[in-house]
Amino acid sequence: MGGTSKDGAPVIEAQGLSKSFGEQRALHEVSFSARRGELLGVIGPNGAGKTTLLSILAGIREPDSGSLSVPGQIGWVPQLAGLYRRLTVVENLRLFAHLERVADVDAAIERMLDQTRLGERRDDRIGTLSGGNQQRVNIAIGLLAEPAVLLLDEPSTGLDPRQRERLWEFVLDLAGSGTTVIYSTHHLLEAERYGNRLLVLADGEAVFDGTSDQLHDAVGGSERDFEAAFVRYLRERGH
Amino acid sequence: MGWLLLKDLQILRRSPLVVGLLIAYPVVLGVLIGFALSGDGSKPRVAFLNLVPDTEQFQIGGEDEGIDRGIARDELCSRVECVDVESRSEAERKVEDGDVIAALILPDDLLDELESLASLNPRQPTVEVLVNEDDPVKASLVDDRISALVTEANLILSRRISDEAATYLDLLIEGGVFDLPLIGEFDVLGLERSNAILSAVRSQLPTGSAGREALDRVIRFGRLAGENLDFALPLLGAVAEPISVDKTVVAGDSSELDTFAIAVAVTVTLMFVTVLLVAGSLALEREENAFSRITRGLVGKTGLLVEKVTLGIAASVAVTLLLLAALTMLVSIDWGRAPLILLAILAGGAGFAAFGAAIGSSAKEVRASSLLAFMVSLPIAFLSLVPSGTVSGGVYDAIEVFRALFPFDPALDAMEGALEEGGPDLLVALLHTAAIVAAYGALARLALRRFA
Repeated sequence: MGGTSKDGAPVIEAQGLSKSFGEQRALHEVSFSARRGELLGVIGPNGAGKTTLLSILAGIREPDSGSLSVPGQIGWVPQLAGLYRRLTVVENLRLFAHLERVADVDAAIERMLDQTRLGERRDDRIGTLSGGNQQRVNIAIGLLAEPAVLLLDEPSTGLDPRQRERLWEFVLDLAGSGTTVIYSTHHLLEAERYGNRLLVLADGEAVFDGTSDQLHDAVGGSERDFEAAFVRYLRERGH
Repeated sequence: MGWLLLKDLQILRRSPLVVGLLIAYPVVLGVLIGFALSGDGSKPRVAFLNLVPDTEQFQIGGEDEGIDRGIARDELCSRVECVDVESRSEAERKVEDGDVIAALILPDDLLDELESLASLNPRQPTVEVLVNEDDPVKASLVDDRISALVTEANLILSRRISDEAATYLDLLIEGGVFDLPLIGEFDVLGLERSNAILSAVRSQLPTGSAGREALDRVIRFGRLAGENLDFALPLLGAVAEPISVDKTVVAGDSSELDTFAIAVAVTVTLMFVTVLLVAGSLALEREENAFSRITRGLVGKTGLLVEKVTLGIAASVAVTLLLLAALTMLVSIDWGRAPLILLAILAGGAGFAAFGAAIGSSAKEVRASSLLAFMVSLPIAFLSLVPSGTVSGGVYDAIEVFRALFPFDPALDAMEGALEEGGPDLLVALLHTAAIVAAYGALARLALRRFA
């Protein structure tokens, strides 16, 4: 399986990842790689294995078989903001910076506050922040250790259009600065717009790895939009 | 792990209501249960009216037995709180008003009636009890205590009457001087001396004479009567106290009731504080969606469990020591045993923390874990306090197995053993708790795998 990628050696490489939950096959022989600064969108219908794949990449789950090669550190941003609502922005950042064993905790906190533009809310409790700002802190925690790869599980879920726009600006900036971003999403429009490359999962299998234009071309280029092309692509392959 | 612990303490500091309830509720509950089990130490108030004249002494058989109105009052007041009254009407009024739950009236002829028991014309002495049964529990208590008092008095009297009867029997058998009021002293011959006289007379009669045969029959009867009266003497003692008690402790190390009450109060407090805190704190990690983030290599699931158990132990030590310090003002605690008490708190805290971790690992929300902790802990605590003999043997065996599986029983034993030397074996309780910690720790770790 090929795919457009940025220059350089892969910063993450998965080979034949499989995972089952009892009789239920969640992932089957999924392979892919991503390079520095790449934005890889993982899309697929419900139950396709997107979250399972990301949780294996994050080290939360062990694959039944297959291998994963990640030379650098991986940052993980769960779908629901994994934050302590009774702690302030700074306290959350400080806690996770210590848990991540960040060398210069104070510097890392200031860098994240600057990057997320949450400096003025630094002493506010997380519970008082909007969903968008909570998600920014959520992502900031994933970036504390300056990971080579950032994993975002459904990052725009629950955000309004303006908050989504700001989020993707932030993510694009990250990718622009060299961080490889792998994200899962239900929003095909977002995937088409913000993914340098798309990995399509269906019933646990990787059925497509390429750009949105390549997916259009794969179904003859006659579909009116990306969503219609995506549905047709899956239907033609029995999913 | 230290930062995680600090985070939990910060969260607790910002939840003063929850922390207040978490501490106050178990402490109040623990103290109430502890002292309800031992009784509150108060006695029911009973009015006491003694109409026996001051000067009268109780005598049986001419000897001063030393029972006077003071002794009767002391006996009663060791069982109830006596309220002295001056008249029957005052006693009635106090009972009607509920100021006292009963009144005991000793009539003025009580000692005469008692003395008549040892005379040839015995009359049954009667004491009068006025009761107020608006509180059935206390009424039953008064019934029991007055019944116990009367039974004891009857026993004392029986012994003394038996002793007096034995003196009469000795006089009949052996003879001697007998003193009767108004008549004075007179000599009683006795069966043995009668037989000696008769035997002497018999030897002077001719062999085969009718008089000698008749005398032989009288002598045989006298001997038989003497022998049977001899047998009657121990029987009189047996009648006075048909059943005596020889208590032998064959099992169980029981501590003093106050110590037990303190141990129960401390253990109940320890249980609720630790189980609720650990279960809630662990469930909070998932409720805040932070669980997957902190367990993915940063701390690890085992590390998280260790942190929660440490938090539980720290909280249990703080709260329990506070409770014991407060209890010191009310009851006596041997602080010379402080190291053992601390050891028992640490062990009990670890047991309950591991148990709480198992509960917290099974629930996704703080509310669900708190509810589960309550629903599971309360019955375990009550079952662990069921004394043997109050249920059938099979049921008690089942309860013993059941409570051995939970930390309450060994924690209670450890606390009793730590508070008092005569309590249960501390080492056994600590080993039991260690096994509980290992078992529930493993269960909690297994349960956490489901929530990856």
